[in-house]
Amino acid sequence: MLGEGILKGLAETAKNFAGSFVSKERLTTVQYPEEREPLPENSRNFPFLVYDGTDWEKGLRCVACQICEKECPPKCIYIEKSKDKKPDYTGKPQIYPAKFDIDISVCMSCQICVEVCPFEAIKMNTEFELATDDRFGGLLLDRKELARSNEYYHQIHPTEAAEVDARLAEEKAKAEAKAKAAAEAAAAKAAAAAAAPAQTPAPAAVKPSEGEPKQ
Amino acid sequence: MIERLDQIFVFLKHWLVGYLPAGWQTAAGVILSVVAIVGLYPALFALTTVLERKGVGRIQNRFGPNRVGPYGIFQPVADGIKSLTKEDIVPTSADGVVHFLAPIAQVVTVFMGFAVLPMGRNMVLIDIDAGLLFYFAMGASTELSVFMAGWSSRNKYSLLGAMRAVAQMISYEVALLLSSVVVVMITGSLSLTKIVEAQNQYSYGLPHWYIFTPWGLAGFLMYAIAATAETNRSPFDLPEGESELVAGYHTEYSGFKFALFFLAEYVAMFSISGLGSTLFLGGWSAPFAFLTWVPSWIWFFGKLFVSMGVFIWLRGTLPRLRQDQLMNFAWKFVLPMCLLNLFVAGLWRFMGEGWLRWVVCSAILMLAYVGIGWAGMRRKQFGPRSYRYAD
Repeated sequence: MLGEGILKGLAETAKNFAGSFVSKERLTTVQYPEEREPLPENSRNFPFLVYDGTDWEKGLRCVACQICEKECPPKCIYIEKSKDKKPDYTGKPQIYPAKFDIDISVCMSCQICVEVCPFEAIKMNTEFELATDDRFGGLLLDRKELARSNEYYHQIHPTEAAEVDARLAEEKAKAEAKAKAAAEAAAAKAAAAAAAPAQTPAPAAVKPSEGEPKQ
Repeated sequence: MIERLDQIFVFLKHWLVGYLPAGWQTAAGVILSVVAIVGLYPALFALTTVLERKGVGRIQNRFGPNRVGPYGIFQPVADGIKSLTKEDIVPTSADGVVHFLAPIAQVVTVFMGFAVLPMGRNMVLIDIDAGLLFYFAMGASTELSVFMAGWSSRNKYSLLGAMRAVAQMISYEVALLLSSVVVVMITGSLSLTKIVEAQNQYSYGLPHWYIFTPWGLAGFLMYAIAATAETNRSPFDLPEGESELVAGYHTEYSGFKFALFFLAEYVAMFSISGLGSTLFLGGWSAPFAFLTWVPSWIWFFGKLFVSMGVFIWLRGTLPRLRQDQLMNFAWKFVLPMCLLNLFVAGLWRFMGEGWLRWVVCSAILMLAYVGIGWAGMRRKQFGPRSYRYAD
């Protein structure tokens, strides 16, 4: 009969109306500033710079290679290299960024900087409450504002951070083994050199040092 | 004491007016009543907007506004400040004068309707014999302001919205009038106070409201449908169908002028609900004989809020009609039913007291309802939708 559907619809909405006061399950709204849902692990917003240890300036993994600056599609990264060097996580002296700015009003959260970084130095942050009343300076983050500890990285992306740590540890072990081998070789060479002068004249001492790495 | 409470506003007015010299008293009394009406209904409008948003939210299992003040009750204050501080933009190619006059004309005509509505015992601004006629004359002139708004904006969406609004309002005005005529036929008067007096009688503790008769129920349903369409409310909100027409005839309005249109829409809802309860629901009379001690204005405003609740409920339930469905419904269903209802009301009047007229009148109306409904839906196919593409 005419109007049956309307009555059915009215009953349905009345049920919703009354039900929303009774059952909490119906109201799926999360009252945002007071209640928050945990962010999914793979969520991402803007990049940040990872540092090891406690001092952000010393521990910054970035070596100012500028690959991310070149790859960034909207060109929101600006890097200035330092004049001096500081040791990186393997102890090798490296350049560091004297200036590292990201304009997050330009950034499009594409994560390409993260993909191309060979040093695991730049990662995506999950922070999203970045509103500011300063249109220009407020959204231009310098390296201090971008720096976050490795522990923070573990907090926001645990799986990814564990993988990165494993990779870095492996590289470090390799580098250490290499350094050890090199040191041993150097020691052997030194020993050989110590033994050699008695037998051979000066020109002959140069040759083995050239040939050594090949062995 | 109770009687005092019932007449408190009347006494208050007389007491205030009494301080003035005799020559000014009539004019001062009228101005006082007008100020009360013009102050009260916008306040109710503010309350209704937040109740509507919360109600529709609950219907959709949301919270609705709950940030401004406790439970969001100060939301209308925030909205008001927002609309007052917004820039008032007039399009360069718009007709400035008409563009400016349209919202004012709309608000004024909408408020004029309250002049004849009895809001309580002895609480009517002007008690004229042709009150109903006056009301419909004022209601019909809102179409003018709607078209003024649409045409003067020089915007195709505005104009289309206005055209739709006028077509719809004129179509449903016929139904609105015809469904109210039955009440005039039975009461024998166009005066709204007389219509309420006629319904303010009780037998076995139950009131003689017109909705409790077969022709009254049918008339009330037709009236409710036509009133919903007349106030451009969902599901008849085609004139402002935001998915097609941006906002309809008030697309080019911003700031306070837009707020005036919004106000006029809601005040028109109040006014038409007030008329509906006056005609069919006994106006300010109590629903049971033992409740007659409750002040009459409480009943009037209670009925007003119940009908606003129904408006909100319908808005949360029904999807918007298509233009052809709207017109078909008006001319092929509502209008024939209204015409038949006129006949039934006449039959009721001349069949005299007794149970026979109840049976006959109900049977005629039910048969017609089922018959017209069947005839209208006969050719409709309610299967899964089929698509036909151009070759």
